[in-house]
Amino acid sequence: MTAAIRVEGLGKRYRLNRNAERAGYRTLRESLVDTISAPFRRKKESSTEDFWALDDVSFEVQPGEVVGIIGRNGAGKSTLLKILSRITKPTKGRVEINGRVGSLLEVGTGFHPELTGRENIYLNGSILGMGRKEIERKFDEIVAFAEVEKFLDTPVKRYSSGMYVRLAFAVAAHLEPEILIVDEVLAVGDAGFQKKCVGKMSDLATIGRTILFVSHQMGAVQSLCTHAIMLNNGSVRSAGAKETVIKNYLAEEHTEFVPEEWNTVNVGRSRDRAWFTGFSYKSSEPLAGNHLYPDGPAEFTLEIAAREVIRPLYISLSLLDRFDTPLVKADSVRLPDRFQLREGKNRFRLTIESLHLNPGSYRLSLWLANDIDVLDSVTGAAELTVSGFSRTPELRQPGIMGTVTNRFNLKYD
Amino acid sequence: MSVAMHPKPNPETALITADETLAADPIPSIHRTVIEPTRSWEWVNWGELWRYRELLLFLAWRDVKVRYKQTLLGAAWAVLQPAMMMVVFVVFFGRLAGMSTNGIPQPLFFLTGVLPWFFFSSALANAANSVVGSERLITKIYFPRLAVPFATVLAAAVDFLVAGGLLLAVIVGYAIAGYPIAPGWQILLVPIAVALIGLTAAGLGTLLSALNVAYRDFRYVIPFFIQLGMFATPAIYMHPKGDEGPFVAALLILNPMNSLVETFRVSLLGGQVPWTGLGIAALAAVLLFLAGCFYFRKVEDRFADIV
Repeated sequence: MTAAIRVEGLGKRYRLNRNAERAGYRTLRESLVDTISAPFRRKKESSTEDFWALDDVSFEVQPGEVVGIIGRNGAGKSTLLKILSRITKPTKGRVEINGRVGSLLEVGTGFHPELTGRENIYLNGSILGMGRKEIERKFDEIVAFAEVEKFLDTPVKRYSSGMYVRLAFAVAAHLEPEILIVDEVLAVGDAGFQKKCVGKMSDLATIGRTILFVSHQMGAVQSLCTHAIMLNNGSVRSAGAKETVIKNYLAEEHTEFVPEEWNTVNVGRSRDRAWFTGFSYKSSEPLAGNHLYPDGPAEFTLEIAAREVIRPLYISLSLLDRFDTPLVKADSVRLPDRFQLREGKNRFRLTIESLHLNPGSYRLSLWLANDIDVLDSVTGAAELTVSGFSRTPELRQPGIMGTVTNRFNLKYD
Repeated sequence: MSVAMHPKPNPETALITADETLAADPIPSIHRTVIEPTRSWEWVNWGELWRYRELLLFLAWRDVKVRYKQTLLGAAWAVLQPAMMMVVFVVFFGRLAGMSTNGIPQPLFFLTGVLPWFFFSSALANAANSVVGSERLITKIYFPRLAVPFATVLAAAVDFLVAGGLLLAVIVGYAIAGYPIAPGWQILLVPIAVALIGLTAAGLGTLLSALNVAYRDFRYVIPFFIQLGMFATPAIYMHPKGDEGPFVAALLILNPMNSLVETFRVSLLGGQVPWTGLGIAALAAVLLFLAGCFYFRKVEDRFADIV
């Protein structure tokens, strides 16, 4: 049988520019100066550093398999998807794909905010590789799936983020390629819609389509995939049946807490009068996959169980660095409002308007008190990742930029 | 069952005939893609670009639609800009400087110069910025990248057609008023001149769009050079007196845009077709187009990594 995807010795090298803060483009002057001064340089001292995002990756995917690609941030998952989707070329190796490929690295690629829902369906569809006739045929289905009938002729900039994502996914879901490459798009939308998306993907799988699916959510990989590939530092660490690979992954990697997923707060503390039972967090930025990002919003949903009415109530949330130094603290004592707990389950939503943290891993601490007693306190309830997402691409910075984001100026005096 | 390897694997999508494919496979597929590192010499895959022609049209349609939606005056801008330019030219070049229009009424003369130049300059400027401006698209999905600069040229052509309505109205107005306009066979040269302007803009724009990705300073110098180009294309705003001397005459004949604007005008309003200049312009358009596409192809694989 011919493999749907055969990857042989795939490698991708990026050149990191050591002294320039922008790694990619340069000015013409730099290039000219380099070229002219090249013969006069004693040795070819390079100011670049090689970084292999993928190194000698080989695997095969048979038709009809649903393969989850898992691994930590920076393991090479995105690079692999970009090569398989032909967005970027590999530095070495070879990939052979047999079948029509549809790739979905982002929901709503090419959506234009000024255009209406109807217009964006056509635009997005054609960008994803559908013909005009094909889009026309599936138009009603797409609209029904996205549940946006009433807003078809409204510019999508007026859509709620939920509607936007639903419409975008609906177009992509009707692409019906033989091989579908998906990047974590399930991490968007509300729970009901997520279910619908998973349903659509398993439909595709049952009719024998091949799916390659990158995810952080082991639950989704577990329920959707038949096989899994685990990447680590650019190479395949483990591949095969999903159970084994997921087990290996969980054994090796500490648990990552993913935006929008509900996390239970570990037990083992005294459950006296009130305690944290769970939380979720997100940035409400679908383009960032809801991951937290520098200077972006952070929204936490906290669930607290109480055995009695507690009033007044103080809730505090902080983010710590790896040495447990508190960096950011949001304490309700600073707010003018007074809060209370009812008996049973209580939910609070805590929003940090802009999180001044640079990309990295931070630990979450939660604290609960009334006037007299500390009722519950969890240090390191979870490890959260602040992603490198940026609304202004120019602000993307390589390397270590310190912990706290800040605006600064430089002038020659 | 194993597939016979191509002796020379094609890095782009290769279509295999149906009987060659994998009859025993559960998915009958005629698509096979081989992804390999970039080779140093590769020519544009025109077949693939043709398969993506609908995307090209959609991108152009999006550009036009968004532009007309976002601006208060919408499509009127496409008409207003050349119209205002014409008025300024009539007042300053015509009245004040007293430039020769070869007996053609000044509004007609300037409009037939401004219109093709507007087409060229907006196509060129938009194409040059197109790839950098499509960063989101280019880093998230594959399609033949050439569609991006080409689509902006198409969008500029739509503006040109809209503005052409104004020109037609002015011509009809003059004809009714008794000015003798009797287009001869030369009218057949109009589409040729327009197509050559589009081709030149596409070639140069494609080249600049690729350079712009690697060297961001191009973004700042392009508007300046376009402005310079207008002054270096006197066909837009004057009829040469014939006393310019051999050096300037050679310069003019070597400027493809000068000959193309001139051709556009005389094929509508009558006059001597500048055959030599037109020939040079046609050659330049084709060469520029091929060179632009060639350079673009050479660097496009790196776009997603550096844009």
